[in-house]
Amino acid sequence: MSATVQDARSPAPAPAAAAPPVLAVSDLRTQFFTDAGVVRAVDGVSFTVATGEALGIVGESGSGKSVTAQSLMRLLEEPARIVSGSIRFQGRDLLAMSAAELRKLRGAGMAMVFQDPMTALNPVLRIARQLVETMMAHGNVSEAEATRRGVKLLGRMGITTPERAINGYPHQFSGGMRQRVALAMGMSNEPALLIADEPTTALDVTIQAQILELLHELNKDFGTAIVLISHDLGVIAGLCSRVLVMYAGEVVEEGPVEAVLSDPKHPYSWALMNAVPRLDREPVAGKTLTAIEGSPPDPLSVSVGCRFAPRCPFRIERCAEHPELLDIAPGRESRCWVTQAGAALDVRATPPRSAFPVAAAAEAAPFQGAKGEKPPSPSALLEVRGLVKRFPLPKRGFFEPQLYVHAVDGVDLSVTRGETVGLVGESGCGKSTLARLILRIHRPDAGSILFDGQEIATASAHEIRPLRRHLQMVFQDPYASLNSRMTVAQMLEEPLRFHGLATTTAETRERVAELLETVRLDPKSGARFPHEFSGGQRQRISIARALAVRPSFIVADEPISALDVNIQAQILNLMLRLQDELGLTYLFIAHDLAVVRHISDRVVVLYLGKVAEVAPANDLFTAPLHPYTRYLISAVPIPDASIERRRERLRLSGEPPSAIAPPSGCRFRTRCPLAQRICSETPPPLAEHRPGHFAACHFAGTL
Amino acid sequence: MTAFDQASATLAALAPARSKGQRWRRRYGIAAIGAAIILVWVLIAILCSYLTPYSPDTVDVSIRLRPPSATHWLGTDELGRDVLTRLLYGSRISLFTGLVVVLLGGAFGTLVGGAAAFMRGRGEELIMRLTDLVLCFPPIILALAIAAALGIGTRNTIIAMLVVWWPKFARLAHSLVLVQRSQEYVEAAVVVGLKPARILLRHIIPNAVGPLIVLVTLDLGNAIITFAGLSFLGLGVVPPTPEWGSMVAEGRELVEQWWVAAFPGFAILSVVLGFNFLGDGVRDWLDPKARQR
Repeated sequence: MSATVQDARSPAPAPAAAAPPVLAVSDLRTQFFTDAGVVRAVDGVSFTVATGEALGIVGESGSGKSVTAQSLMRLLEEPARIVSGSIRFQGRDLLAMSAAELRKLRGAGMAMVFQDPMTALNPVLRIARQLVETMMAHGNVSEAEATRRGVKLLGRMGITTPERAINGYPHQFSGGMRQRVALAMGMSNEPALLIADEPTTALDVTIQAQILELLHELNKDFGTAIVLISHDLGVIAGLCSRVLVMYAGEVVEEGPVEAVLSDPKHPYSWALMNAVPRLDREPVAGKTLTAIEGSPPDPLSVSVGCRFAPRCPFRIERCAEHPELLDIAPGRESRCWVTQAGAALDVRATPPRSAFPVAAAAEAAPFQGAKGEKPPSPSALLEVRGLVKRFPLPKRGFFEPQLYVHAVDGVDLSVTRGETVGLVGESGCGKSTLARLILRIHRPDAGSILFDGQEIATASAHEIRPLRRHLQMVFQDPYASLNSRMTVAQMLEEPLRFHGLATTTAETRERVAELLETVRLDPKSGARFPHEFSGGQRQRISIARALAVRPSFIVADEPISALDVNIQAQILNLMLRLQDELGLTYLFIAHDLAVVRHISDRVVVLYLGKVAEVAPANDLFTAPLHPYTRYLISAVPIPDASIERRRERLRLSGEPPSAIAPPSGCRFRTRCPLAQRICSETPPPLAEHRPGHFAACHFAGTL
Repeated sequence: MTAFDQASATLAALAPARSKGQRWRRRYGIAAIGAAIILVWVLIAILCSYLTPYSPDTVDVSIRLRPPSATHWLGTDELGRDVLTRLLYGSRISLFTGLVVVLLGGAFGTLVGGAAAFMRGRGEELIMRLTDLVLCFPPIILALAIAAALGIGTRNTIIAMLVVWWPKFARLAHSLVLVQRSQEYVEAAVVVGLKPARILLRHIIPNAVGPLIVLVTLDLGNAIITFAGLSFLGLGVVPPTPEWGSMVAEGRELVEQWWVAAFPGFAILSVVLGFNFLGDGVRDWLDPKARQR
């Protein structure tokens, strides 16, 4: 804690290798004593964090990474108990501290930033109150002094007009801004260690890039050591120098980020690396991602052998014994018999056992070619023209004018049969509304939607009912999209019966079993209720429900964004296989650009209710024309530390303007570095700049 | 993802390590007592003619106002009727009116409130403002006024109570359906092409029914006490009918003969407590967070 806010720019003490660690954790075991048994959430974790170091912890949900963070802050309550091990912070034993000593340390010596900036701030207190409180609780500063420092700190966190912001309430800020405020609170006493638990998971990519940049600066300028917990390898790659990979409560691999990401020495890290599509790589033919089977072990009954063995494609006989975390190279440790024996895990090769036999199906599919080379089929299955949807806001007063949120504002879109069109954009850009308009969950205010030649924009609910057979949707939240009071079979039977696709009981039952098999679920699971399934399985049920009526067109609204990377890969593979087998057409909505590049033939970029750019997937990602697209691509972290460090980053400042009063002319002009007078006067038309590549920009391709 | 970790951690924190029996007793012990009380009263209501040698309305002025004794366990009232017998018979009318008012009022209110939330727009405004209108009046006074206008009698009193009873169910159902209708599974049902009535009845209401059931259980005691109150004021039942509220009314000026008013009072107390205990248990049971593990 040598740097202060006043001289924030002074160089931080160089983290010398010999310096004593800020944090030393050894053999930490945290267990939950539940009625069902003991859950070993953290099971023998050891690591150190040097002064000013940034350490990343990755793993899927349930791997114990969050519980580790909470153990470090001693935030756990009964029935969770730290049963053994030691946590030494700056040489002092945290586990031996009294509650009063801990209070002194929390927020001052070590601070924590949480995932959800919406709930981490107290909604009824002004920002000033919360910031000043943390400072006054620990230092002997006057309130005026604390306020002055608070303003400075908010400014440092990139909040414009901090003098005004400090008197605001949390609800007046966007998610990204709230995370900045949370960071300001965390940093207010210049802690030696900042624990960030998924700090960017709830944010858009461009905002994520801003927050990561900020964390990086804090690490550099203040010399604050950071423990960054994330499921996203790309996020870790950009910020951290060392990474811990956790699985089932254990550290399975530890090493420098570059080395672990480029050459993982544990099959689980290998699987994590391979399950995510890369934005900077063209997808290989066949498109199948490497998804490992199964899900993490039941935390109540941990096997005696290697915990990853049941899912491991590299497993050998010895894996029945529990491996230790051992050095395999200088600075690198792995908990794997295979790599400890010196064997390599081939990163690029397909795994010995693939989760799905897609290769055979891929050959059979007629349109499985390289992207963008597919001859456009003459008939567009879906043709959207000038679609508009405005949502009225509640009036503030009787005489106030009626305000609208311009969610979708004149969107043109066409989808050809058998094609996958990706739809990307930040939250609030109208992509979900567009999906719901196409499915006529909402009624459009203007424009036309031709589906297979039929106008559905103005059709009545009655007229549209028979068409619903052909148009289906897969939803984002696997927990909210299934009716928890119906069994899986009931859910699948309903559309079958309704559309008269199955009349007799036997026929229905047969078709339900068939559907479950199609999505690779046990046909017997029809009698079960949704809560008995995991997130990935629920998403399979959701897909089965969409497929029940044998649709030709499926709108998938962020179908994988609530899932762990490995489950994401399984679902993506399933969707690709279904497309091949059933000749489906997809409109695939996502905020993850890498996934969109992987799955789509063409991509549509939406900004504030308008189409910014449309292009074949490869063209869009290799040669974007619209400045917004360039920023989006640049903001996505790539899980390769060497690339990530060298990358020249375009930084998009600010946040999307309000959709209540969108900017005149070009919607993007308020954040665009190219903006000129014409941009505020004339909305740029969506013009074809290259064959099949459209962009709505007066200066397309000049950034 | 992490949210789920934390959620399960908190859940685990709610359930300390105890044996299964201990946990059950801790969570549902009170509810079991409530259920037992109600079960006893229901059995009494069914079997009361076999439980007592007397008839509830045989008048025998020679034995009026006898204190509790071996022949008349709870004594006799001003007209020499056996208090215990009248008490047992009184359970019939109390349980019956309670059930009818809450079930009919609850069903009507749920449907109306649910439909209002589901259709939105003008219809919603109309229905919800109507409920507000009814809720404006103090319920007992309004019921009193309606019952007085319709005339004394069990049926009329039930009608009066129904009029004031449905709005709270409409309110609750309205807010519950509002929450549910924006869930993705409802959109999924729309996309399948189901008709609105089916979506409301088959999809939304089953998911919203938990808190309504809790309200029904807690409200049964409330309805019984309201009916007893109206009877106490002379509106509920026509005089010779044995009813707890009117029994209390008959005994209210007999300070020396405490048993005439006290025992029916205890009967009301026990039934209301029973339903409240049971309602609390039902709430815990229906709350998936408290129920987990």
